[in-house]
Amino acid sequence: MKRLSVRTYHALFVTPALVLSIAIVLLPALLTFGAAFSNWDGVSAPSFAGLNNFSSLFADPVFWTAIANNSLWTVIFLTIPMGIALLAASLLMRRQRASAAFQAIFLLPYVLSPVANAMIWQNIILSPVSGLLGFVSKNVLPLQSPLTQPETALYAVAAVDIWHFWGYLTVVFFAAMRQTPEEQLEAALLENASGWQVFRFVTLPNILPTLGLMLVLVTIFSFLTFDYIYLITQGGPARATEMLSTYAYKFAFTSFQVGKAAAVALVMCFFGLIASVVYVRISRASLEL
Amino acid sequence: MRSASSALSRPLANAFLAGAVLVALLPLLLVVINAFKPHAAVVANPLSLPASLGPDNFVRAWSGGKFSIAIVNSLLLSGTTVMVTLACASLAAFALARRKIAGWQFITVYFLCATTVPIQLFLFPLYFIYAKLGILGNFAGTALILSAINLPISIFLLRAYVLSIPQELDDAAFMDGATPFQTFRHVILPLMRPGLITVAIIVFLNSWNEFLITSTFQKGRDNITMTLGYLSMNGTYATDQGALMAGAFILIAPVIVLFLVLQRFFISGMTAGAVKG
Repeated sequence: MKRLSVRTYHALFVTPALVLSIAIVLLPALLTFGAAFSNWDGVSAPSFAGLNNFSSLFADPVFWTAIANNSLWTVIFLTIPMGIALLAASLLMRRQRASAAFQAIFLLPYVLSPVANAMIWQNIILSPVSGLLGFVSKNVLPLQSPLTQPETALYAVAAVDIWHFWGYLTVVFFAAMRQTPEEQLEAALLENASGWQVFRFVTLPNILPTLGLMLVLVTIFSFLTFDYIYLITQGGPARATEMLSTYAYKFAFTSFQVGKAAAVALVMCFFGLIASVVYVRISRASLEL
Repeated sequence: MRSASSALSRPLANAFLAGAVLVALLPLLLVVINAFKPHAAVVANPLSLPASLGPDNFVRAWSGGKFSIAIVNSLLLSGTTVMVTLACASLAAFALARRKIAGWQFITVYFLCATTVPIQLFLFPLYFIYAKLGILGNFAGTALILSAINLPISIFLLRAYVLSIPQELDDAAFMDGATPFQTFRHVILPLMRPGLITVAIIVFLNSWNEFLITSTFQKGRDNITMTLGYLSMNGTYATDQGALMAGAFILIAPVIVLFLVLQRFFISGMTAGAVKG
């Protein structure tokens, strides 16, 4: 029997991963492109619709509400958890011995499922009947649940998601800061640099690539955000927390307008794609391609 | 000057860290104490300690969340996802790291793009394909989707391990007459072990916690997972907060224990690729 070449073996090794990814991700993704330009209910044969799905989206005020909400979400996530995480990570740098314990505690919310986190916050914190908020409201000062008010609902959901997410950023930034060359930190110490000066002139330049990558990833994920919104408010009240993801999901699985859902998905991906191009550019260098 | 400002900033820093610890832990502590309280006591004061440590809430939560069925489904779904991902990713990582196949650059860039591809880009057609094939609710079918999602990051994590194994080891095995598969199985795989453990833990956690795919594809009473079972208690159990918190306890306690025991792997897996040297 003829022995297979090394090349053939290696081609066979990469085949299962490639086939799985193509069948589950690539081909259905191509179908999404097709569906965006079709009338399709998911069951019967699709018919060509040209740009109709897009023009009806652009004429729908809810679509623009979703774009605005996703943009606000991006701004919130690029600032608040980033700021908290940078501060927490810098403070951990001066507490090397205790840092492992702090990291474990900060990461706890991140390793729990969105379902558990959302239900915990809804019931024991934000509920006006059984939650901490209700307790304060009954005994200290009357408060309304922020989830029922269109003006505050988005911030309340964002608070839950930030609670779940900031620890991850802290651990990533801390891991990057720890790679700061020891001599630089010692030199700063000899110069009597303040905490802010150490951060600004020593730590920050060293973690810049990581910081950039996180800014890109947070932007991508902000335009895709789904779990906490869908679990806590489902886009309500009065569409105040509607995101592109929940808007698309309802088209696909509530009104079975799969063509429109696909069109929204393409819009979401467009925002993600811009950030992805930047991400691939950054990553390529470190992958030695 | 400096001593004055650091004398002030030290307590401020400690206060910030203490506040951060409190914010991270308070919701979880509320789950623990209220899991043992009857509904009226939760409503009266969610901060009060339980009067006794009875298991009543846990019994109601276990049946309310249909956890007896759910735990089997969750283990099957997450276990299958881990096995499929490990098998595909370790083989692909070896091939891509050794760069012997034509187009390895192209395949690497493809998987790099796939790491951040939004689920919504393929979710809707995939759902209707699964419906047509009649495999909605089938844990193996859903595990394939979760594997495909976890593949890219797993490949890059394992690829880094293969790159640290000298090519000379492959060549030596080849001289001894080993086929590339034997080299993979007996030389590369044992040296990748820490990477395989990290990937297994991260993928298990991801699929155990996953919501969008799982809730969309695991339709049907008999196919629910732990998270979906617990979610089904929302609303119907609004007037039994004790049971709701006991359900949350059942859901999060094993994950927290696992995390605390295997922290090292969690942290290396989650920060891999994110930290640029």
